[in-house]
Amino acid sequence: MKDRDFKIYRGDNERGELVNYKCKVTEGMVVLDVIHRIQADQANDLACRWNCKAGKCGSCSIEINGKPRLACMTRMNEFDDTEKIVITPLKSFPVLKDIVTDVSWNYEQNKKIIPFSPSKKDKEKDFVMMQKDVDRVQHFRKCIECYLCQNMCHVVRDNDGKKNFSGPRFMTRLASLEMHPMDKADRIGDIRDVHGSGMCNITRCCTEVCPEEIQITDDAIIPLKERVIDRFYDPVMIFFRKIFGKN
Amino acid sequence: MKAKRKILSNDLLTEKWWISPLLVLLGLLSFVVYSTWAAWQGEHFWWSAGNEGFGGYLSPFYSPTVYIDPSKSGVPPMDHALLGTWPEWLWWLPGQSPAWLILIFPLSFRFTCYYYRKAYYRAFSLNPPACAVQPIKGIPSKVSDVSGDRIKIFNSGKRYDGETGLLIFQNIHRYAMYFAVIFIFILSYDAFLAFFNNGKFGIGVGTVILTINPILLGCYTFGCHSIRHLIGGNLDCYSCNLYKDKVNHNSWKIVTFLNRRHQLFAWLSLVWVGLSDVYVRLVSMGIINDINTWGI
Repeated sequence: MKDRDFKIYRGDNERGELVNYKCKVTEGMVVLDVIHRIQADQANDLACRWNCKAGKCGSCSIEINGKPRLACMTRMNEFDDTEKIVITPLKSFPVLKDIVTDVSWNYEQNKKIIPFSPSKKDKEKDFVMMQKDVDRVQHFRKCIECYLCQNMCHVVRDNDGKKNFSGPRFMTRLASLEMHPMDKADRIGDIRDVHGSGMCNITRCCTEVCPEEIQITDDAIIPLKERVIDRFYDPVMIFFRKIFGKN
Repeated sequence: MKAKRKILSNDLLTEKWWISPLLVLLGLLSFVVYSTWAAWQGEHFWWSAGNEGFGGYLSPFYSPTVYIDPSKSGVPPMDHALLGTWPEWLWWLPGQSPAWLILIFPLSFRFTCYYYRKAYYRAFSLNPPACAVQPIKGIPSKVSDVSGDRIKIFNSGKRYDGETGLLIFQNIHRYAMYFAVIFIFILSYDAFLAFFNNGKFGIGVGTVILTINPILLGCYTFGCHSIRHLIGGNLDCYSCNLYKDKVNHNSWKIVTFLNRRHQLFAWLSLVWVGLSDVYVRLVSMGIINDINTWGI
């Protein structure tokens, strides 16, 4: 058992401080274990959101030494023995208390998305979906909604983009709907105008931070940008649509 | 108690986040400086040991050769010129170099490439310089936070528009891609040309270099996100008909394989195309001798 140094943000959305704690770290511990031990032994009023402790609920998203991570999936043996570990809340969202943030902005973005819209005919019969079509959209359904990508995205985080951009998580959801063989809704206009696909400048931090290793940029955002180009910026495509009248 | 914004600053990052953008900055700057210098020269971009017959080494920076100024040294025979001798109305081009007439095509492809956008947005425009690092948009200044604390920010007040403002031109990428694909065939022909000297088949170090060049460029170009979209990514249902199933889906899978390695091939092909020019230039200038089966 080794005593290790930790600093944890204590405060609200306006003001706070990094409070020093010492905690004994044993083999196999993750950062969430440390937070729980500090909560139990030294700071009973420390607020912390968590649920499954298995990297599947997306509740324990925090920043560890300035990098967005899941507390339950960050093992203590990743850090040097002498390294001080600084635990802070997600920078992009308002702090409710200590390291718990209010992520309700994300739910507002979700509401803007046109829901899954199969045709009446497809709904009535048993739609058979082949594995090759399943594979592409199933990839996106691994998302655990931890919002690390939303937090890491510099448009949301540093460029005040919450008004104009729905963020990588919802680009992923839009892609999963747009690429679904049964879905008949047209979201391309919304993707550009409501969800702000043009705000993303492909710096790929969302992909780097995703704990489920979803290829957010390559498989969701860029394909959506390309579909927007088909509709609005490609004169050849526009010409062919005028001639053949197809979307 | 301090302002939250002051506490949640870049200072918390313990990793050396600046290494990656710095390496990209140095790599891209080196290429830009070398390629500009090489394009400016207008000579020593061809080697065939003085033989006029079929075959020779042509630098990829100068291929296809639109006009040729035969008075310069290290240039191909006139039958390699697409349009003839260097015209007088192009007197203003630096170095009277035909490279300026074609470099815009591969340059525009790379400039609007989805990988390179990440690279130069991070390394050059510093927005953001690395993940979880505050964009550096101006001279650091101290301002008062809502809670009254003095905090350091880099924001110069410029509004972030992403690719909706001036950068909306990035949407031309698929057109740049069409030209880049044509260049793969042209450079493949140059590689074929490198197997001959004065009509005689053979192999030299230059042959190997100029053959690897279009292979790497092909792996980079055919892994392009725009091709991936046009070849099958734009479809919602592959299994809905046989053509989409067999042709589109299989093509999409191959492009996806290359696309996953887009960054790797972007750098390999960039370095190799520069290396190919260096090699042809040095051989053409007589600084090094090409080891080959022709014995010349």
